[in-house]
Amino acid sequence: MSSFFNDLLRLRRGAWEMVASILIALGVFMLMQPFVLTLFTYSFLVTLVGTVMFIIVSHFPE
Amino acid sequence: MDNVADKVASATPPSIAHRVKGLSDRAIAWIFVAPTIFILLAINIFPLIWTVYLSFTNYAVNRPNREVKFIGLRNYERILGDADTWATMQATAHFLIWTIVLQVLIGFTLAYLINKKFKGNDLWTTIIVFPMMLSPAVVGNFWTFLYQPQIGLFNYVISFVTGADPSSFSMIGDIALAPWAIVIVDTWMWTPFVMLICLAGLRSIPDSIYEAAECDRASKWRQFWTITIPMVLPFLMLAVLFRGIENFKMFDLVVQLTGGGPGNLTTLTSIDLKREAFEKWRTGFASAYAVILFVTVFGLASIYVKALNRVKQR
Repeated sequence: MSSFFNDLLRLRRGAWEMVASILIALGVFMLMQPFVLTLFTYSFLVTLVGTVMFIIVSHFPE
Repeated sequence: MDNVADKVASATPPSIAHRVKGLSDRAIAWIFVAPTIFILLAINIFPLIWTVYLSFTNYAVNRPNREVKFIGLRNYERILGDADTWATMQATAHFLIWTIVLQVLIGFTLAYLINKKFKGNDLWTTIIVFPMMLSPAVVGNFWTFLYQPQIGLFNYVISFVTGADPSSFSMIGDIALAPWAIVIVDTWMWTPFVMLICLAGLRSIPDSIYEAAECDRASKWRQFWTITIPMVLPFLMLAVLFRGIENFKMFDLVVQLTGGGPGNLTTLTSIDLKREAFEKWRTGFASAYAVILFVTVFGLASIYVKALNRVKQR
């Protein structure tokens, strides 16, 4: 776990891609879940942040 | 004997050859690639950028003389605060999840069976692949007949199995059954596609691996979980990616089958988007809707491709 945070601080691709992937998955879940309308409202923001982050961090060093 | 490059060089008219002579390899490469890049920019990138721009405006394509106003994020606020759009997303999620689950399970099972050597193997493959070759409009049309409560074959088969009266239920008209009606038809049509991809995966596994496992006295069950599944997994993931993206955009089959009904129960996002854009003529609103769907599919595809690469590296 600490190596994951170290990789985040050292701007390593793997750890940051993981964060971006989690954000995208969370955003898609929020978009399609049938429980709370507020989650649906903020789903696009979360997906967009995740997607943009994914594009940026995929250029980070391994 | 001259090679191909020499033949091409000798066949080039002298006027063109004289002009090209002073160019570097890089320049010639750019000359060849430039038309493709131009077409890509014109028909892919420009419409995308234009759609993003329109999503911030009140533009309506049927009112070209109206002043186009920049309205910021209002279109996005309307879409993401709308309960009907939310219901549409849920209908899409239901369709997406169940079609993928069923297609992968049935497709893999069929591929596993077809991969066994038996008489008539090729004939069965052709028969199974047949639905995939049909047009979605045709499939939607004839399944509406199969789903007819009075004369439909589907209802008679169900009644034969369950003992229920065939006219007592309507797959397309019933609010509980309509979402499943579209799942069944899409599964019927596209399972062969998943089967073919899985079959390619299964046939790529060398027999020597199974022979080595036999020597180590691995059971069939163990061979299946430690050889077959891991080696077919990249192919399966590819099939899920293709079907996921395709079903997220599903339009023709469902329009032909249910028209989005009963009510809005089977109105998928692409049908809703088409209505906003070309029936209500809210172009700006529809553009924002399209951008939301694009970002969602792009994000999902990104993580999926990354997962696929990781599986392939193993």
